Amino acid sequence: MTESPAPETSQPMVRFERVTKRYGSLVVLDELDLDIARNEKVAIIGPSGSGKTTVLRMLMTLEKIDGGVIHVDGEPLTHMERNGQLVRANESHLRRMRGKIGMVFQHFNLFPHMTSLGNCIEAPMRVLGLSRREAEDRARELLEMVGLRDKMGHYPSQMSGGQQQRVAIARALAMRPKVMLFDEVTSALDPELVGEVLNVIRRLGEEHDLTMLMVTHQMGFAREFADRVCFFYEGKIAEQGAPAELLGNPKEERTRQFLSAVLEAS
Amino acid sequence: MRALVVCGIVCFAAGLAVAGLPGLRDFLPQLLAGAVVTIEITIGGCAVAVAAALVAAMAKMYGPAPLRWLAVAYIELFRGTSALVQLFWLFYVLPHFGVLLEPMTVGIVALGLNVGAYGAEVVRGAVNAVPRGQWEATVALNMTRAQALRRVILPQAFVAMIPPWGNLFIELLKATALVSLITISDLAFRAQQLNQITFETVKIFTIVLLIYLAISSVITVGMRALEERAARGIGRGRA
Amino acid sequence: MFWDWNYAIEILPILARASIVTIQATLLGFVLAAVLGLVFAVLRMSRARWVSLPVAALVEFVRSTPLLIQIFFIFFVLPEFGITIGALTAGILALGLHYATYCSEVYRAGLENIPRGQWEASLALNLSPYHTFRDIIIPQAIPPIVPALGNYLVALFKETPLLSAIAVLELMQTAKILGSESFRYTEPITLVGLFFLVFSLAAAWLIRRVEARLSLSKV
Repeated sequence: MTESPAPETSQPMVRFERVTKRYGSLVVLDELDLDIARNEKVAIIGPSGSGKTTVLRMLMTLEKIDGGVIHVDGEPLTHMERNGQLVRANESHLRRMRGKIGMVFQHFNLFPHMTSLGNCIEAPMRVLGLSRREAEDRARELLEMVGLRDKMGHYPSQMSGGQQQRVAIARALAMRPKVMLFDEVTSALDPELVGEVLNVIRRLGEEHDLTMLMVTHQMGFAREFADRVCFFYEGKIAEQGAPAELLGNPKEERTRQFLSAVLEAS
Repeated sequence: MRALVVCGIVCFAAGLAVAGLPGLRDFLPQLLAGAVVTIEITIGGCAVAVAAALVAAMAKMYGPAPLRWLAVAYIELFRGTSALVQLFWLFYVLPHFGVLLEPMTVGIVALGLNVGAYGAEVVRGAVNAVPRGQWEATVALNMTRAQALRRVILPQAFVAMIPPWGNLFIELLKATALVSLITISDLAFRAQQLNQITFETVKIFTIVLLIYLAISSVITVGMRALEERAARGIGRGRA
Repeated sequence: MFWDWNYAIEILPILARASIVTIQATLLGFVLAAVLGLVFAVLRMSRARWVSLPVAALVEFVRSTPLLIQIFFIFFVLPEFGITIGALTAGILALGLHYATYCSEVYRAGLENIPRGQWEASLALNLSPYHTFRDIIIPQAIPPIVPALGNYLVALFKETPLLSAIAVLELMQTAKILGSESFRYTEPITLVGLFFLVFSLAAAWLIRRVEARLSLSKV
């Protein structure tokens, strides 16, 4: 929390402007517009193939943008201004922008050859230039927060899925991002381990100033945790609103169908 | 593994039988001197091979266009022609271009580059086999590609590389016999020399084959041990 | 002058003639390797240990020691047992034996990939082991391993210059003789290198085509 004074708070933290993503002839995101306010918690739901994960992956610059512009913290993400025109960003701009964003993956993607502590200090040391001591202090604090202080020396293969995912959350937080992305973080977990991960995310939302986007199938959690729920359908936001409203009394037929299908399954 | 043990036993028994033969004491010291040269070239060649393979693989996968073409040309050229042709080319043709190298250097460089070309594909395969999620995690953590490769991708690829590299090292050991054809007195050279003097053909070549078998067994056992250690380091399975 | 075109063109027909010996050694050596390799593979899978273990040991032994020494061994040692053979024959035998051990591993992988159910069904149909192998197992095991065998054909081809060590008049030996006569090694050795490069690249391309065809037909 050392850098730049907070810019005007009215400005959205994340802004999608007519963002398009195609795989060949398949349109995954279709001129998507989406604003997310500072510290807002947004849950993204929708059937598979609706483009919801693509939203997160594009924010993390894991996918190339085919049309439109994404702004993060008031700056274009994958473009930069040159002579009054927006051109494709160079690597140094991308790296500066990525520093504002953290991501937690469905399959954790922990580094298997490093302990949980090693996973959490690697990037802070190499990317942020922290000393080992500073990095370890920060990592210890975060591992404590996710309830894994006693697992610091463990390798990913020695931990349960829920524990691994909590390490992954600590690892992302160690980079002090402003925006956190959660990509179906409980989908690969056994049902009895889902709660421990959701509890960590809940605490995160309460105790930290973070803008959070999560793609999730946990409707109960979305209802209780999110400020807003967006229902994606065929590359567009078909419906969005306050959780109680959208989940309790959906206006769109497609939303209703999706929700009843999800309900039936669980 | 079982085959290896059998080999060891057969080797030992055969060694005893041959050692019992008279006249062995006369040429064993010479053969062992040759074996030392063979081992030196093997070690030197392996070092060159690993370095060449890493550089070529990285250039082919991540280098800018000219470097990439250079790497592809190197890999295809050395995989597409014979080790012996490469050896002779460096030995007979390079001097015409004013490059004079010691035969030992020629041997180490030629064999190293030859095996390195195969090794480059091993490195590439192992790097490509690292799950995509690992790359994505390094992007999410804002690491540079060099950092990702050095700290995350290559250490994981390393484990998968060990068994194929073990095979390549043995191929290199076997190929060292070729240096006897460019005047280096390695094990194969000494064997021929002794054969011409003593005509103890069966004895000499049997011992020589057993010495090669012994060296390659050391490589096999060493690489196995390395693999087990590395697998433990990665905490076995994958996250 | 690094490169003398006139000389290169002059020696081309001589090298072309020598390449016939190289190709002969390659093809005959590989036929031997393919057949002997299958024998090794089947014997190595035998349930009788006194069969499988010695074969396994032999395969490992041949694979772990230099081809050059094996060429010398066969060339110099067989005459001591009263078997006189020409240098080319000795070379082909050595190449065939050496690559048989590589091929046997390929066959073994192919055979092990046949689902157990195929063996069990053959047993249930009361087929003899011989017929099970010949009619059920081999026809299924061979096609997927054709590319791997092809790679060893190319590898064997590239090792034929070793026969120059026992004075077989193949490409390399011819190039060396040409070089020692004219004191120009650049052209003969480079041409030999080009010959191998062209054939290997063509073979690699062919093998990739076969591989693609195979993966298509599998569905």
